[in-house]
Amino acid sequence: MSSATKASRIGEELWKTRVDKVNAELVTLTYGTIVAQLCQDYDGNYQEVNKQLEKMGYNIGMRLIEDFLAKSNVGRCANFRETADMISKVGFRIFLNIAPTVTNWTSDNNQFSLIFDENPLADFVELPDDGRAQDELWFSNILCGVLRGALEMVQMQIEAHFVSDVLRGDDTTEMRVSLVRYIEDEMPPDEE
Amino acid sequence: MTQPARHAAMLSISNGGPNAVAVDKQQSQHIHTQSQSSQGLRVPSNRKTIYDRHLNRSRSAELSRASFAFLFAEMVTYAQRRVTGIQDLERRLNEQGYPLGLRLLDLLYYRTMASSTSSSLSSSSTSAAPPNRPLRILPLLHLIHGPLWRLLFNRPADALEHSVSPETPNEYMITDNDPLVNTYISVPKEMSMLNCAAFVAGIIEGVCDGCGFEAKVTAHNQPTEMWPGRTIFLLRFGESVMEREKVLERAGVK
Repeated sequence: MSSATKASRIGEELWKTRVDKVNAELVTLTYGTIVAQLCQDYDGNYQEVNKQLEKMGYNIGMRLIEDFLAKSNVGRCANFRETADMISKVGFRIFLNIAPTVTNWTSDNNQFSLIFDENPLADFVELPDDGRAQDELWFSNILCGVLRGALEMVQMQIEAHFVSDVLRGDDTTEMRVSLVRYIEDEMPPDEE
Repeated sequence: MTQPARHAAMLSISNGGPNAVAVDKQQSQHIHTQSQSSQGLRVPSNRKTIYDRHLNRSRSAELSRASFAFLFAEMVTYAQRRVTGIQDLERRLNEQGYPLGLRLLDLLYYRTMASSTSSSLSSSSTSAAPPNRPLRILPLLHLIHGPLWRLLFNRPADALEHSVSPETPNEYMITDNDPLVNTYISVPKEMSMLNCAAFVAGIIEGVCDGCGFEAKVTAHNQPTEMWPGRTIFLLRFGESVMEREKVLERAGVK
């Protein structure tokens, strides 16, 4: 059984049995109001909004990984390809009930894309028609931060950014994820 | 009174139903005249836009409660960095809920209308959901207590009361014994007055205002032994609403 199908089964099973649920619209609307508030606070400076969303995601990711590990009880991934399947089929499944497609690997297996057919965060959303938002705002940028924060806690430094979004008029929503390095365990200086 | 100002300050990201689209159209026209550069929104060639999705599509969809908790906690933390005190924080949370209320109202109409026409065909419906826009306070409160709460939290609120004091006939209370939004919020001792359900109070306020019932809504801690997180949402309707209420009562409108 491939790691992808295995991860898929784990994800489905967890979603059915271990995940407390809420109405999806409550989550969608709450996220929408967060982004809207940022746009207002930063006065339409969408670059800054993207940055803030990423930061919020990072904070979430650092805490979310614990919930992920506690629920999934999975061990360490053997390689980055396995990590990608875990993110898509288990992580996204248990937190957003979706499983974005993992694709477009580079030959060194250090970079892949996640293609989102569904994105519950962006339900009901239309970007402002101000001639800039569609070029500058990455509405779901919080997800990039979540991945960065979560993976950092399991010794992976990654970089993630969106390259396309249906909200911008693109045909797909795609996030690019790159492994920067595995973080070595560092002993605290005062311990032997 | 405060309503026009709040409408004007409404957020430019549309999130939550058909009304949002109309609002954005107005706003974008406004921006158009300013910049003259926009060519309108681009849409995907495969037509994955909000106009192509059925509004009931996500009606019974579910997401993880953890996701909500993480987002809400982040929202509160962010708001906290920019405020001067507890009241200011609650005001900010309220303001973030308000536009959701305005939009949820449309969604509620849309859905209760659809379901009430089908049920009225089959039998005399005893559903609490009013098929039309509420004109009086009581049907409005039932709309909040029942359909709104069910939409957001999958259950009705726990109690609905009218102030017993003759001095405050404009005050109503909706009780939630264990608000979902506060499940994973732990409030530090020195901020014990804080109730983050101010966000929900803002949603209620948006629904009231959207219906034409000017109101101020606040969330208050009222713990009991059995329900330590019990929260009362206090709705204070404006004078104009109370006057209209009297006129309608005399006219026999329900």
